[in-house]
Amino acid sequence: METIKFVLEKSARIEKLIDDLYAKMPEIESARGVLITESYQATEDLPIIRRRSAAFAHILKNIPIVIRDGELIVGSATVAPRSCQVFPEYSYEWLEAEFETVATRSADPFYISEDTKADLRAVYPYWKGKTTSDLAKSNMAPEAYDAFMKHAIFTPGNYFYNGIGHVNVNYEKVLQIGYRGIIEETKSALSKLDVSDPEYVSRTNFLYAVIESCEAVIGYAKRYATLAMEMAKEENDALRKEELEKIAKNCTRVPEYGARDFHEACQSFWFVQLLLQVESSGHSISPGRFDQYMYPFYKKDIENGVITVEQAQELIDCIWVKLNDINKVRDAVSADGFAGYGMFQNLIVGGQDIHGLDATNDLSYMCLEASMHVPLPQPSISIRVWNGSPDSLLVKAAALTRLGTGLPAYYNDEIIIPSIMARGLSLEDARDYCIIGCVEPQKGGKTDGWHDAAFFNMCRPLELVFSNGVDKGVQIGPMTGDVAYMQTFEEFYDAYKAQQSFFIKLLVNANNAIDTAHATRCPLPFQSCMVEDCIGRGKSLQEGGAIYNFTGPQGFGIANNTDALLAVKQLVFEEKKVTLAELRDALKANFGYGFDGVAAGRLTCEVVASLAKVGVSINEEIVRNVYQEIKKGGGLTESQKARYQEIKRLIDETCPKYGNDIYEADMFARDVANSYTKEVEKYKNPRGGVFQAGLYPVSANVPLGAQTGATPDGRLAYTPIADGIGPASGRDKKGPTATANSVAKLEQCVASNGTLLNQKFHPSALSGMSGLTKFVALIRSYFDQKGMHMQFNVVTRETLIDAQKHPEKYKTLVVRVAGYSALFTTLSRSLQNDIINRTEQGF
Amino acid sequence: MSIYQTKGRIFNIQRFSIHDGPGIRSIVFFKGCYMRCAWCCNPESQSYEIQTMQENGKEKIVGKDVTVEEILPELLSDMPYYRRSGGGVTLSGGEILAQPEFARDLLRACKENGLHTAVESTANASFDVIKSILPYLDLYLLDIKHMDSAKHKEYTNAPNELILENAKKIAQSGVELVIRTPVIPGFNDTAEEIKAISKFAVSLPNVEEHHLLPYHRLGQDKYAGLNRNYALKGVEPPSQEKMEYLLSVAQESGLKCQIGG
Repeated sequence: METIKFVLEKSARIEKLIDDLYAKMPEIESARGVLITESYQATEDLPIIRRRSAAFAHILKNIPIVIRDGELIVGSATVAPRSCQVFPEYSYEWLEAEFETVATRSADPFYISEDTKADLRAVYPYWKGKTTSDLAKSNMAPEAYDAFMKHAIFTPGNYFYNGIGHVNVNYEKVLQIGYRGIIEETKSALSKLDVSDPEYVSRTNFLYAVIESCEAVIGYAKRYATLAMEMAKEENDALRKEELEKIAKNCTRVPEYGARDFHEACQSFWFVQLLLQVESSGHSISPGRFDQYMYPFYKKDIENGVITVEQAQELIDCIWVKLNDINKVRDAVSADGFAGYGMFQNLIVGGQDIHGLDATNDLSYMCLEASMHVPLPQPSISIRVWNGSPDSLLVKAAALTRLGTGLPAYYNDEIIIPSIMARGLSLEDARDYCIIGCVEPQKGGKTDGWHDAAFFNMCRPLELVFSNGVDKGVQIGPMTGDVAYMQTFEEFYDAYKAQQSFFIKLLVNANNAIDTAHATRCPLPFQSCMVEDCIGRGKSLQEGGAIYNFTGPQGFGIANNTDALLAVKQLVFEEKKVTLAELRDALKANFGYGFDGVAAGRLTCEVVASLAKVGVSINEEIVRNVYQEIKKGGGLTESQKARYQEIKRLIDETCPKYGNDIYEADMFARDVANSYTKEVEKYKNPRGGVFQAGLYPVSANVPLGAQTGATPDGRLAYTPIADGIGPASGRDKKGPTATANSVAKLEQCVASNGTLLNQKFHPSALSGMSGLTKFVALIRSYFDQKGMHMQFNVVTRETLIDAQKHPEKYKTLVVRVAGYSALFTTLSRSLQNDIINRTEQGF
Repeated sequence: MSIYQTKGRIFNIQRFSIHDGPGIRSIVFFKGCYMRCAWCCNPESQSYEIQTMQENGKEKIVGKDVTVEEILPELLSDMPYYRRSGGGVTLSGGEILAQPEFARDLLRACKENGLHTAVESTANASFDVIKSILPYLDLYLLDIKHMDSAKHKEYTNAPNELILENAKKIAQSGVELVIRTPVIPGFNDTAEEIKAISKFAVSLPNVEEHHLLPYHRLGQDKYAGLNRNYALKGVEPPSQEKMEYLLSVAQESGLKCQIGG
């Protein structure tokens, strides 16, 4: 292959739209919060589904609208760019508590004006006790609530505080028949209802709510049509005037009716995408197979000479910018877990069609091109790969990967299709899957996947084995026995599984409690009208209206637990170099390495509190001494410290590590992963669906790692847990092929809620066409071995500088120096500098 | 004795190598070399003895005795990658011809298991030795460093007559042969010197490619780790412009030329 396909010029408009979008810090606006409160106060006599549509209509009628300078695709949730509305019906107390700090916090800060604060303070009292979060809490078993809130064994925090999102609706339907068509379909369903049907009342209410929501959306688009027309009248620039007139025309036509050309289709798509995120605060509203449902409009326009490829590309680029205009404020803790203003609007190209043939088309390439023109986090662009994928599409994707934005993510049809069929999808539906949010496969337009239902920290049950189920002085887990008396490795491993199974059960309780709360308090008629078979069944998605229903909580920590269990097996039971009691003490003492600032502070508080309890009067000096002691490795004798450090050395240097293509270690990892996935899949959710596990942590491996003590794999206390299903950071020493071989040994098809493998490359490894084709071969080879997902951090200059400072974290970073590859950290400082200085030329 | 029991001394197996032959490859680095090139980036490969060197402040043992059977599984475990990329195994060094039985039997075992095979070698050995490996070899990556024998000897500790003679014989044998030239400032980085090499390369039957490999300093730290002096201290790698100029000179031969492997 000689060239990369669809390399197109980026228009000056796109550059300006991006600049404008990032000109200011994002802001919190109050309009939606105020409007929904007004509506709820006026509709207390109505059933909840009608209150939801009434509120949606009230919001769309009154929320400020704006057309930004130079836009071709219009519709913004906020006046200020890249800003957010609030959703008090889900939760609000955390935001009120953060009014003074949200603008200055480290992760995802938002500006908030005094007026906005005042507006929100005025409406918040209404919501006391009325949110989904309030109801979820009271629905939950107290021990499940504690395991989540007090002990951080798992966290379903995202859905506890926010909307669910995580859906791909039937965009195609709106593009084809418009909301007018959906209203007709709904009316027809209404007319067919039997008045003696026991669910007649609830079905009627739901269908009326759908009609009211669709009418509201049509009205909202008309507001934009009017605004565009007014702006056109004022506009002096003839070209812009024409554009505004076309915008007005588009918004008059769509999304009420079917789109007639590509520009209308783009506008119609955008209203759907935007308004789903005004109805609810759920993130991961995923456009899915955009290249498929948009293609007929593109093809027709190109064939009729209505549009050029360059014009079509500009419209796609405009949508890409708009996808970054939507934002969401999360509480400070969640912001760490979803760092980077993540909206996870996943858009996927390529793959098979419902007949099992390759579905790649021009738009597949142009979507990848758009992600090069708009190198921003949204959309989370993905690509489906199968044996019939053209190399040229994968090379195009590799060229995008080389830019270093971490996009696209690569997915394997050959494993995902059978994996979701095993969960009951038909062959045609399975072939038509898309990806939701981070890595979760679903059949769009038919599924309520509840993906991302919770993070389950698999390292915590292992910790509880050592404490016999006690955490922070409370017996929260089963008493699996004092480790000092465990005679065999099997006994120890069984104790781990028992702890884990116990908390999986509580996790299920927590998820189902939240699920029920959403069905009760926040059913979503607008979202539901675009997912089968809500209209036919006369009920919302949240009440089980979808054809396919799942709950997908994701586990993480496989690598740490595997290495930990292997170390226990070898050092304690085979070589008998360490006893379990000794290991327990070493873990508690963080292997004699003391504790860093924050953790030391937290431990100091605990020690001081227990001192106070026994009657010691506390003064500043005592606190300072305790703190200093803890920092140094608190209260250990020199010989204890030396012994604990020796234990860590034995673990680090003599025990096998997952991720190095060692058959026994990898097969053990498979068993550890299955101990989670096969336990989770035993449970059912209230929407008539089943639980299915995922194996990935988003970025929660860092904040949840910060709540996990030292682990027997040699990981120090409160440091990050391994990301995804890959090896623990810095422990893979045999390069990317060995890592991929190891990871492919996991039974990934059981983790049908998605798996995640991160790999790190220097851009130079992808240089030239030969670099790209070898990179594509690497992906295909991992997928030949039934890997599900792969994504790449192609590291940049900044990373290399960080790698100089923290070489231990970058042990496998491969760099290329003029025709030669080498591990970066093994180079001298001067040579490293040499490479750093040349990096940018690698492109 | 089975070929799988043949013993050899290596110092590294590097997987996912993408610049030493076609596709994704695994490289087996042999220990021991006849030559002493001043710019050698693997000085730990030169002595046949198992050595201790300093790396990042830690002691590291360089060199390990293995059998074909012991290392073959690791080479085979990347089969899916070779298959997709058209890659395989490359033997490098050190000088692989210094361990002829091991080189031959390892290559043979690779071929028996369906792998594409390549060697990086100086060809500085009797042709009988080279002949013994050719039946099991798909690609010979041969260094021609200089056409002037005296200068060659000055910088590598070996004259070039035998090498040039062997190059002709290898070319005649029909195995795919690629000529590579490390471009070393002050040694062979003039247009005349490169031109002379490319003229020789084009004179060889069946040779179609000539690769110019720019000098780099990757090995510099290793000299310190081995307590040795680095002869090229202070020498800067050739600039991109210089490399492109020399590439254009080499291209005059009509061969397919490239910068880098």
